[in-house]
Amino acid sequence: MEKKPNPNVRMWQGNVACAEGAIAAGCRFFAGYPITPSSEIAEVLALRFPVVGGHFIQMEDEIAAMGAVIGGSLGGAKTMTATSGPGFSLKQENIGFAAMAEVPCVIVNVQRGGPSTGLPTHAAQSDVMQARWGTHGDHPIIVLSPSSVRETYDLTVRAFNLAEKYRMPVILLSDEIIGHLTEKIEIPDPSTIEIIDRKKPIDTPENYLPYKMDDSDIPAMANFGEGYRYHVTGLAHDETGFPTNDPEKIRAQMLRLNRKIQRFRDDIVEVETFNTDDMDVLVISFGSTARSVKRAVINAREKGVKAGLLRLKTIWPFPDKEIEALYKPVRKIVVAEMNLGQIAHEVEWATRREKPVVRVNKIDGEPITPIEIYEAIIS
Amino acid sequence: MDYLYYLREEKMPHIWCDGCGHGIILKSILRVIDKLGWEKDDIAMVSGIGCSSRTPGYVDFNTLHTTHGRAIAFATGLKIVKPNLHIIIVSGDGDATAIGGNHFIHAARRNTDLTVIIYNNYIYGMTGGQASPTTPIGKKASTAPYGNPDAPFDISRLAQAAGAAYVARSTVYHVGKTDRYIEQAFLKRGFSVVEIMTPCPTSYGRRNKEGNGVDMIMFQKKNSVGIERAQKMSEEELQGKIITGVFVDKEQNNYLQRYKEVIDKAKQINQ
Repeated sequence: MEKKPNPNVRMWQGNVACAEGAIAAGCRFFAGYPITPSSEIAEVLALRFPVVGGHFIQMEDEIAAMGAVIGGSLGGAKTMTATSGPGFSLKQENIGFAAMAEVPCVIVNVQRGGPSTGLPTHAAQSDVMQARWGTHGDHPIIVLSPSSVRETYDLTVRAFNLAEKYRMPVILLSDEIIGHLTEKIEIPDPSTIEIIDRKKPIDTPENYLPYKMDDSDIPAMANFGEGYRYHVTGLAHDETGFPTNDPEKIRAQMLRLNRKIQRFRDDIVEVETFNTDDMDVLVISFGSTARSVKRAVINAREKGVKAGLLRLKTIWPFPDKEIEALYKPVRKIVVAEMNLGQIAHEVEWATRREKPVVRVNKIDGEPITPIEIYEAIIS
Repeated sequence: MDYLYYLREEKMPHIWCDGCGHGIILKSILRVIDKLGWEKDDIAMVSGIGCSSRTPGYVDFNTLHTTHGRAIAFATGLKIVKPNLHIIIVSGDGDATAIGGNHFIHAARRNTDLTVIIYNNYIYGMTGGQASPTTPIGKKASTAPYGNPDAPFDISRLAQAAGAAYVARSTVYHVGKTDRYIEQAFLKRGFSVVEIMTPCPTSYGRRNKEGNGVDMIMFQKKNSVGIERAQKMSEEELQGKIITGVFVDKEQNNYLQRYKEVIDKAKQINQ
């Protein structure tokens, strides 16, 4: 008997999985600007959105795309933009607005080599710190990092869920390798995908406080044009949303804004461990590089070196507790990343420099190979 | 009419200085809204940064005070998601045509169904009187202490060239005209721009010895020329004059109407 093809199996590129994951998550508005290596996300959505009831718009620049995404979200849609290095730099001011005004939205950064124009068609993982601190001021942010095409799909869905749940911008930090990698994947049945929507106000419009201080720390969000006439500003504001210079009110709101991350970090942080139970060497990585690490760990085990992998699916808030739970018994830590040590620095901080941290870095656009990581493990 | 019905009275006093024309523009906007009978829930006012951009804080609509220059970009997303909202963007000369110039011309090109009211006072007032893209050559500003070397934009002509469906210019002296133009702009199903000349005695008038707010408004009265009359005047005669009137009033499909065609075509191909 002939085998029936599985209708959920796809040969997809990471960027396609991102676009399709967004649709599955309920995203119906995308504003973007062409930039390599993220453009396929825009192209797929330009093709798909008109058919599924969504709206694609190519804006005049990266800044406008980020602005439109915030405006669309205030109207009640789940919204996304996608970009890479230079475009991510340009979006930063409006990302700060989304953090300050607590407007859910998803920003995809398919990382390429930098700084400046850098390496448009080659991979890097050097926007780790920019994703955390790119916009000015103390602000909350969530950053997720996929290591495969299927995970790009899943984490795109998760990015929307976290954005809606915590009322904040969420960054999907992909990279050129994952974005352009084509893999056979099986997509989940839509009915099995968990979808989270923003909390709607239960108060009457007269009593609605868009930045209400209550036990939840996450105020309910009304859509524009649905009877709740409120004010949204990037200025420091009080519970009503109107600007204030009152230090007490500013402090209360700013602490709540940043507390959202601290308080719910266990819900946000996700990691994957591989061969970590009896390990002597802990290798920490994320994104495309984690694929090379997995191979290096297997090779090291074959040679009798007990290596294990901790893969960061969430980068910010930083998985410090997860590292702390693993590092005590190990002899050394290896951090492999396509930058000059942005995660390694955090790892040293999280482990109080109690173990030697060996850095495997590459910044020439080439992926880090399993051999390079293997050598660091066994040395 | 009852202006207070539309105002957030508890947010008064406003931040605008004595002699500033911005309040006159706000009253024009509210009069037109009242005349058209628009519901407050159905209106969104969006702004960027600057004195004019503080307007949304004082009006009882859905109000959005965005980043500097970006009001049109935010409003574009909002309009797409909530097409039935009447979206009014209020912006200054610097906000709309310097830092936000790209969004301004592209919204005009796209013919998005938005109205932009530009409060043109030739200066960055809120930050203390720096030269703006409309400061005339030779006029003084805090960043042009010896006189401004840069040529100014003609905002209405810029909007016209970029493809706006409706463009008009008035002054705060010509309140009747201002009301009429705002009404026409609000009713236009496309990108509409009303540029209104407004005095900034504090940051512009004082430095350029143009007197107080009243003096500056009287200057507008004396030096405004209707667009029909201006067409018969030489360039020399028009030096220092404010050309008022309707520059563009045309019917063309707006952005969302054209995107509807995209949807129809996509569905046809993919069925």
